[in-house]
Amino acid sequence: MSRKLFLPMAVFCVAASLSSCFKQYKGKIQIDGSSSVYPITEAVAEEYRVNHADIRITVGVSGTGGGFKKFARGETDISNASRPITAKEAAACKANNIAFIEIPVAYDGLAVVVSPTNDFVDYLTVAELKKIWEPAAQNKITSWKQVRDGFPDLPIRLYGAGTSSGTYDYFTEAIVGKAKSSRGDYTASEDDNVLVQGVASDKGGLGYFGLAYYLENKSKLKLVGIDNGLGPKFPSDSTVTNGVYAPLSRPEFIYVNAAAASNETVKDFIKFYIDNAAQLVKEVGYVPLPAEVYKLAYQRMLDNKQGSMFGNTTTVGADLEKLMKKP
Amino acid sequence: MVNRRLKEKMIEGVMMLCSFVTILTTLSIIIILAVDTFKFFGEVSIIDFFTDTQWTPLFSEKHFGILPLLMGTLLTTTIAVLFAVPVGLIIAVYLNEYASPRFTAIVKPILEILAAIPTVVYGFFALQFVTPLLQSFIPGLRGFNALSPGLVMGVMIIPYITSLSEDALRAVPKSLREASYGMGATKLQTAFRVMIPAASSGILVSIILAVSRALGETMIVAIAAGQEPNLTFNPMESVETITTYIVQVSMGDVPQDSLEYRTIFAAGMTLFVFTFILNNISFWLRKKYQNQYE
Repeated sequence: MSRKLFLPMAVFCVAASLSSCFKQYKGKIQIDGSSSVYPITEAVAEEYRVNHADIRITVGVSGTGGGFKKFARGETDISNASRPITAKEAAACKANNIAFIEIPVAYDGLAVVVSPTNDFVDYLTVAELKKIWEPAAQNKITSWKQVRDGFPDLPIRLYGAGTSSGTYDYFTEAIVGKAKSSRGDYTASEDDNVLVQGVASDKGGLGYFGLAYYLENKSKLKLVGIDNGLGPKFPSDSTVTNGVYAPLSRPEFIYVNAAAASNETVKDFIKFYIDNAAQLVKEVGYVPLPAEVYKLAYQRMLDNKQGSMFGNTTTVGADLEKLMKKP
Repeated sequence: MVNRRLKEKMIEGVMMLCSFVTILTTLSIIIILAVDTFKFFGEVSIIDFFTDTQWTPLFSEKHFGILPLLMGTLLTTTIAVLFAVPVGLIIAVYLNEYASPRFTAIVKPILEILAAIPTVVYGFFALQFVTPLLQSFIPGLRGFNALSPGLVMGVMIIPYITSLSEDALRAVPKSLREASYGMGATKLQTAFRVMIPAASSGILVSIILAVSRALGETMIVAIAAGQEPNLTFNPMESVETITTYIVQVSMGDVPQDSLEYRTIFAAGMTLFVFTFILNNISFWLRKKYQNQYE
């Protein structure tokens, strides 16, 4: 390239790249929250962008609790959540005059996993999991031998969700019996990839996270069956939906700011979300809700039905269809 | 004439302001750390802080014992220093006593590149390459462990030790080396019996600076050492360092101005006190031995 040409070319290139930076978007949707719901919402957003390149959608990951904090300050339009909003968080929204519509989008199973080199664990009972994870176990339950007679005397290494994640809240509630009640001497991370990495490389490792992350890393992990008194059950589409994989299956939600929901851009996005959820949810490794529930969810938005259907009760074993039909 | 003096004054003023920036930054960091640390110790006893063997401030059963974090920091630092000091020193001796000037001119810049690699890159190098490599011949080594980031951190601080030690060796008066040769000593004897002892203060300073650097290192240990507060000195175990804990809390969603939030200031203060003492020791050493041979 001759020198003469170079400068105008360079100027043109810079100008071209700048202009794309300052591209005018027709609408903007800000989403943040749970790392477990993130793959679903991100998949929906990606699909949506194909036909709506002029709408800017950002999806952040700051944990369910962190997401609700931003949501309550009005910083986001939609909050991803892997548990229902708590009374305290709902009060924070109310204090800032923020109303919300609660929309369930998928079921998720929590996968309990060990390393593939672990040849002695096939299943664990809920009681055994509780024994491992309850606060009283801290610095006491340190070997697999203490979990069940017959297990080898191998140090037990735990990997689990960080304290601001909805997965942590759900797991502790379902297993230990009280939300946020867990031992503290384990590798706690909001980043599920850290947990996958840890369990995969540790013979005595045991971890838990959303089923989707297990499916993505199947070759590096070994799934553990959960026995709640009816024999060991493994998470699958059917066991997660029909509640057989209890107590570690749970619904996932998005919370829509009611003021934003009256905005055509957001409304259109939510409609697209619910219409395509069943298929996309499956693609990213989650379990779709029954068609009837998606229909009810859409109706919920059209009716602008605000508030949480759980009213601070638990989602462990909840029947969504029944709850949503309640007036 | 007056104009010129005014100009001088103004330039002097600007220069002074610049140096104040550093002093003010240091002061404000100390103040911010101190204020929240003080509030923290209003709620948690300082005796518990230094004697409790568990660190679980984010969980329902709270323990505020800094020892597991401190131990994690000291363990990774010890591994790094044990690896870096001999290697770094041997390189310095080689470059100064044996290598041809041409070789030195090529190797030294390459060595200094080590210091320029972003630490996050070192972190992934430790996690994805060094750990699996070590696991292939150390059975029972955990996926997150203190050994691998410790060694990688050692590689990172080698240039600090080599560079400063080499300067110290070069500053030893030629007469000493010549006297040693004159007495019939070999090259090896001269290097290790004469040159290193003569340059010992400079070498010590380089080691202390490297230790400070390793104590404060964050990304390598955050990525590869794990996030499990563990009171152990076993390098095969997963440990959490003070810096990793601070990162973990700052990235999560701990509410500001809560006790959990203040733990990071107390932890940061502990680390600061450590590096502060070390820097002062190195300052004192340098001053004490500076003019020995002049």
